[in-house]
Amino acid sequence: MSILALEHVTLKFGGITAVNDVTMSVKQGEVFALVGPNGAGKSTLFNLVSRFYTPFSGDIRFEGHSLLKRAPSDIPALGIARTFQNIELFERSTVLENLLVGRHRHVRSGLWSDLAFTPFVHREERRHREAVEKVIDFLDLQAYRDKFVAGLPYGVRKVVEMARALATEPKLLLLDEPASGLSMDETNDLAFWIEDIKKQMGITVLMVEHDMKLVAAVSDRVLALADGKVLAMGTPKEVQSHPDVIRAYIGGSPEVAA
Amino acid sequence: MRNVFKTSYDADIRLFRHGAQAFWYALLMALMLALPLLLSSYLLGEVSGILIWSIAGLGLMVLTGQAGQASLGHTAFLAMGCYANTIMLMKGVPFLIAFPASGLLAGLFGVVVAIPTLKLHGIYLAIFTLALAVLIEDIIVLAEPLTGGVTGLTSQTITMFGWSIDRYATPNAFYYLVLAVVVLVVLFYRNMLRSPLGRSFAAVRDSEISAQALGVNIARTKAKAFFVSCAITGLAGALIGQFSGAFNHETFNLVIAIQLLLMIVVGGLGSIHGAFFGAIVVGAIPLGLSFLRDYIGKVTGAGTTAIPGLESGIFGVILIGFILFEPMGIYGRWLKIRTYFELFPFYRRDMFRRNRSYLKTERMR
Repeated sequence: MSILALEHVTLKFGGITAVNDVTMSVKQGEVFALVGPNGAGKSTLFNLVSRFYTPFSGDIRFEGHSLLKRAPSDIPALGIARTFQNIELFERSTVLENLLVGRHRHVRSGLWSDLAFTPFVHREERRHREAVEKVIDFLDLQAYRDKFVAGLPYGVRKVVEMARALATEPKLLLLDEPASGLSMDETNDLAFWIEDIKKQMGITVLMVEHDMKLVAAVSDRVLALADGKVLAMGTPKEVQSHPDVIRAYIGGSPEVAA
Repeated sequence: MRNVFKTSYDADIRLFRHGAQAFWYALLMALMLALPLLLSSYLLGEVSGILIWSIAGLGLMVLTGQAGQASLGHTAFLAMGCYANTIMLMKGVPFLIAFPASGLLAGLFGVVVAIPTLKLHGIYLAIFTLALAVLIEDIIVLAEPLTGGVTGLTSQTITMFGWSIDRYATPNAFYYLVLAVVVLVVLFYRNMLRSPLGRSFAAVRDSEISAQALGVNIARTKAKAFFVSCAITGLAGALIGQFSGAFNHETFNLVIAIQLLLMIVVGGLGSIHGAFFGAIVVGAIPLGLSFLRDYIGKVTGAGTTAIPGLESGIFGVILIGFILFEPMGIYGRWLKIRTYFELFPFYRRDMFRRNRSYLKTERMR
């Protein structure tokens, strides 16, 4: 069953067609990777799903319901969480506070009860903290719990951002280049985590990634994009050896590629 | 050196982090309660004034320090609270109703004002609120039947549970009233910081884009920040009215709005301490200057007339100094000194050096 479906989605920025008639569907419980050269429209697809952009035409459906009528801040409540390519953490807060913002979709208290810090809010805070601690344990962030984000190394920030997305308890997790800028070891950890996210937590993962080794290791299906168009779709192996994909990446005439 | 061992989640949730902290705040509270016994009624009045400005500072701090929205127009909300409170008292509404209501009114006024500004950022919001500060003076003059126009209004003596509270007649009672409001506002502020509300403010401040991606409704959160901020400012305004005895449109001029912003920047943005430190500096400078002037006059025999612009000049120099040398304000300096002692002898010089920040996604602003 497909959890996320894009149907003939097109997005234009002025004269540039960033996403051109893309149709794809992500199945429940799989790891789905988007690959393609720079400017292929991968992150733009993410921003379409997050509703930061509205498609020119086409429809985006999550669990069968169109997302187009939703505001960006309504998307997490449906069960979609995401990370950003360039890390968008709350710099002046601690790791713990960042993760607690991830719990926002589960917040049930309002302005007045928060200001009065009623026993209800107190109980809720403990509940959120417990959920966040689970994520901290899962991603080994214990050492950084009370550290301010502003002072953390790049690799840790990447993990914190993923943790914050997981704290929302999503059904679908969008990872925008999770391995960019990470060391070999960190990338290996990431591969294990993505496996666990899929198998243990049962979360569907849609990711944009350039590291083909990682993509081949963790993803069930791969979609290759170039200039906003779908080039190929299939298993990592099929896509990697697809002549159009090779041409888009390293150029050359069709005969050479074949 | 102190290590806090946390054994439950409540260690991060409760008001005081450890026993020693609770002890120091209890001591401070005891000192504040005993202050009328220690100070002359003139100095007690000055302390009341500084406390009132701290409340106003806390109000602006919610908006600027916590939610990251600059405002140069907070005098509008001070004025709103001040006039609402006095007018209600004049109409015979009891203080216990009039006072919270004036805060509430200022808060609602803040939300109404905020609605068109929700999409404005940084400098544009500052300009919009600056216009508000200019407008409010004219509005006060124009609304003469209510506000008394240029003549202004005289504050009413508060009667509550059979006591009468007046700044001059019963300075001690007035001081305790102000202190009670300060404690309440600080408590609300702390509750805000440790609840989802404060975290959503910080989220909007640091990254609107990812706040949105986590389900924080930006417009609604900013409106809430305006409400809380303007309500607290309104309460401060009501107290300013009581404090000044008589007031008119000039009580809430533009300089005050800028002074308020200066206060929280010098004190340290984003902290409760900052509002108090800032108010102490801003309140103490004119006091110190007047003492100094008297002293110089006495020693040299020269005239003791004020030098025009001296105060604003000194404020300006202080602000420039802080922005250049201690952007985190007095609170930042205080944190460094405290950390030095808490970690003694392991403090490192670069501990608070600001780290380089990484590239941010600006495209989707």
